[in-house]
Amino acid sequence: MSAQTSRKPSWPRILRRGPLENIATALIGIGFLMLFQPFALALYTWSFVTMLAGTAMFIVVSKFPE
Amino acid sequence: MTDANATLLERAAETAVRATPAPVATRVRALSDRAVAWLFIAPTMVLLLAINIFPLIWAIQLSFTNYRANRPNETVKNVGLQNYERILTDSDTWLAMQATAHFVFWTIVLQTLIGFSLAYLIDRKFRGHAFWTTVILVPMMLSPAVVGNFWRFLYEPQIGLFTYIVSFFSGIPPSEIAMLSSVKLAPWAIIIVDTWMWTPYVMLICLAGLRSIPDYIYEAAEVDRASPWRQFWSITLPMALPFIMLAVLFRGIENFKMFDMVNLLTGGGPGSTTEVASITLKREAFEKWRTGFSSAFAIILFVAVFGLANIYVKVLNKVKSR
Repeated sequence: MSAQTSRKPSWPRILRRGPLENIATALIGIGFLMLFQPFALALYTWSFVTMLAGTAMFIVVSKFPE
Repeated sequence: MTDANATLLERAAETAVRATPAPVATRVRALSDRAVAWLFIAPTMVLLLAINIFPLIWAIQLSFTNYRANRPNETVKNVGLQNYERILTDSDTWLAMQATAHFVFWTIVLQTLIGFSLAYLIDRKFRGHAFWTTVILVPMMLSPAVVGNFWRFLYEPQIGLFTYIVSFFSGIPPSEIAMLSSVKLAPWAIIIVDTWMWTPYVMLICLAGLRSIPDYIYEAAEVDRASPWRQFWSITLPMALPFIMLAVLFRGIENFKMFDMVNLLTGGGPGSTTEVASITLKREAFEKWRTGFSSAFAIILFVAVFGLANIYVKVLNKVKSR
């Protein structure tokens, strides 16, 4: 029992759901703003890639343990 | 559960067993619980796959081709990311996105503000509040086609009631109030109609939120001598916030796809001032027949809405857990 409790969790600390989900959400938000902003065409051009990366990341990291 | 209820359930189960034909009963008994669960879910899954998932996958596949639905016999060429590249470097499409953003932003702001205010008033439970709730809900129950057509009449410069009222209060001649043909006014004409139609929906969701706040919290606040203003900011608004956000999510997603009302009122004009993304999509798909191109455009919009929905669900869960 004591061996079980002292064992380190197998999931890396860096891959925790919370912070990664926040990064993904930020990417989606930035991509969304880039898609609808009226200032620079270059931002509009890269908006879809940003949003897609954020959405894909969100789908993956939402399955990670907390 | 009482004994009488248990006996009743047992009897119902016995009747069901007796009513099941013997071959079917034997087959069902041979299945595991998991298999039976799958058996019940399967029709819905098949329907979902056929109606939602299959068209989505097909659209993704078409978005990489030069396919045209009006030329089915023409050879379909794979163009890679060319459609996406064209959409994301085209200034006209960019303008359509800006028109969509303008429409979505202002409709959500107005609908949330007016909807919540109405819900707050209705929640006071004054005399006849049930009647007024029903009256307020009427626009939401109408078909968008009907709403679009009668607002066209209301906006008529010569005979329109809306134009007459604005002219009466502002002193501007009715002929100068061209709500649907003026570049400046047309986007606002659509925003007004959408707000008029869908504010009741936001009100209904906010009302559900306000009614879910238990009275004892307000009573405790009264005992602590909290002012009505303080009660609103510390109790009402935080507790109704998940519902407000839900309403914003629903309206945001719906308004990104807004087509019928814009098509009926202005058809995207004058020029392309009210050409929201869905109107551009319809023109590309069914007027220019660029199916591959429009599929790519639809996928871009889908990713935007899907991403937005993810953010909202995350925020909603956070607010709920508070």
